[in-house]
Amino acid sequence: MPMRHKDLLGLEYLERDEIELVLDTAVPMKEIFTRDIRKLPTLRGKTMVNLFYEPSTRTRTSFELAGKWMSADVTNIATSTSSVAKGESLKDTARTLEALGANFVVIRHQMAGAPHLVARTVKASVVNAGDGRHEHPTQALLDLFTIRERLGRIEGLKVAIVGDILHSRVARSNIWGLAKLGAHVTVCGPRTLIPPDVSRMGAEVTCDLREALADADVVNVLRLQLERQKKGLFPSIREYSDLYGITRERVEKCKPGVLILHPGPANLGVEITEEVAESPNAAVHQQVTNGVACRMAVLYLLSGGGRPGEVVA
Amino acid sequence: MTLVDKAQIMDAEGMRRAMVRMAHEILEKNGGTENLALVGIRTRGFPLAGRLAAAISHIEGKRLPVGVLDITLYRDDLSTIDVQPQVRRTEIPFDVTRKNIVLVDDVIFTGRTARAALDAIMDLGRPARIQLAVLIDRGHREVPIRPDCVGKNVPTSRREIISVRLQEVDGKDEVVIQEPQGS
Repeated sequence: MPMRHKDLLGLEYLERDEIELVLDTAVPMKEIFTRDIRKLPTLRGKTMVNLFYEPSTRTRTSFELAGKWMSADVTNIATSTSSVAKGESLKDTARTLEALGANFVVIRHQMAGAPHLVARTVKASVVNAGDGRHEHPTQALLDLFTIRERLGRIEGLKVAIVGDILHSRVARSNIWGLAKLGAHVTVCGPRTLIPPDVSRMGAEVTCDLREALADADVVNVLRLQLERQKKGLFPSIREYSDLYGITRERVEKCKPGVLILHPGPANLGVEITEEVAESPNAAVHQQVTNGVACRMAVLYLLSGGGRPGEVVA
Repeated sequence: MTLVDKAQIMDAEGMRRAMVRMAHEILEKNGGTENLALVGIRTRGFPLAGRLAAAISHIEGKRLPVGVLDITLYRDDLSTIDVQPQVRRTEIPFDVTRKNIVLVDDVIFTGRTARAALDAIMDLGRPARIQLAVLIDRGHREVPIRPDCVGKNVPTSRREIISVRLQEVDGKDEVVIQEPQGS
């Protein structure tokens, strides 16, 4: 059963079996971390371009390593030092990358839908590494993978997503993915940071953290996006932290063995304390490792498919 | 395209005898079980490696370590095949370095799977020696690779297909020649 898309633009567009295929494929990919030689020949001769219009450390590095460990040639474009600074349009940039022979374009952009535009413009496989407030599909895939690895399943689990849902593409992709795999999702945050369309995506909404944490198997703590908070959506960081910060005291009232996720980079002491982030309940570093495995799986699955009619020998 | 069974070329008893003979051959070639380990190539090479280990244990009283190798990421045809194979786990519970490794597969045809398996195993370490044992050699090699130990040589035409069926995977033990129907 193959991946039925040229691109990975969001989990909204994937069927359950496709999401499960990515997670299943990431399991053998993760073995590369245990090996002396971290090199597979799978994408030899393929070129991958990281096109990041927003800052990123872990996502860009993670994609870069995923590509390199599978022998793709990887090049990074920092838009501040590229022709984008001269006013080149996204479409033009995409066409240039195509003319340079890119097989994969990994794009992060501040505008929702930018990866879709690139995907329509080029024949290369486009992977969304975060577009505005819309989606960040590989982050959700690594979260799903981590949940499955730690708790053995996703179906039937209760997952609380806590924090700034409004600005969070991580939340959106997670809600799509979790709902498709049969988890019960509750989002929790200040009323002003919860978008109106969440319940339509299949998630329950509460502003009461105690209620959200009470029966949660997994708590996914979102980063408070300080760079996007300019409109006075909550009174102060201190108050946010008092009401929604994940502290040891709050974790102790959760189910034993509750899994704490955070996509990073964390504002330690704001949405999560360092004590919790480094505790055995948390999987923050495991998430980073799993991110490489999941991105390797995505690259492998998108690279497949040749001429129809040929038989696998 | 449907495949029809043309002829059975090995039944369960024949397979059992072939495996016992191969076990003896492997022991003879390697002067016993010292430093020896078996690695089955997914899918059907793995149960066959297990059977060889059982046969060897019956003869020598020593259980050899057995691993399983998935060669999907080492294939040379990933960008041309239509149906992309699913990647599965490689599980080798021992260090391959300085071991005498016997790769085990059900059929050798073009030799490309064996080529991929050699690369895959050498990325895991540096074995002292790698040998290849296959249940069926059907000819038509495309690379200079030759098995060290063969259950049965079966001359085939290129359009024929050899199906090895195993109890563990397919519910019965036999080897059949198949042919695409209506062409």
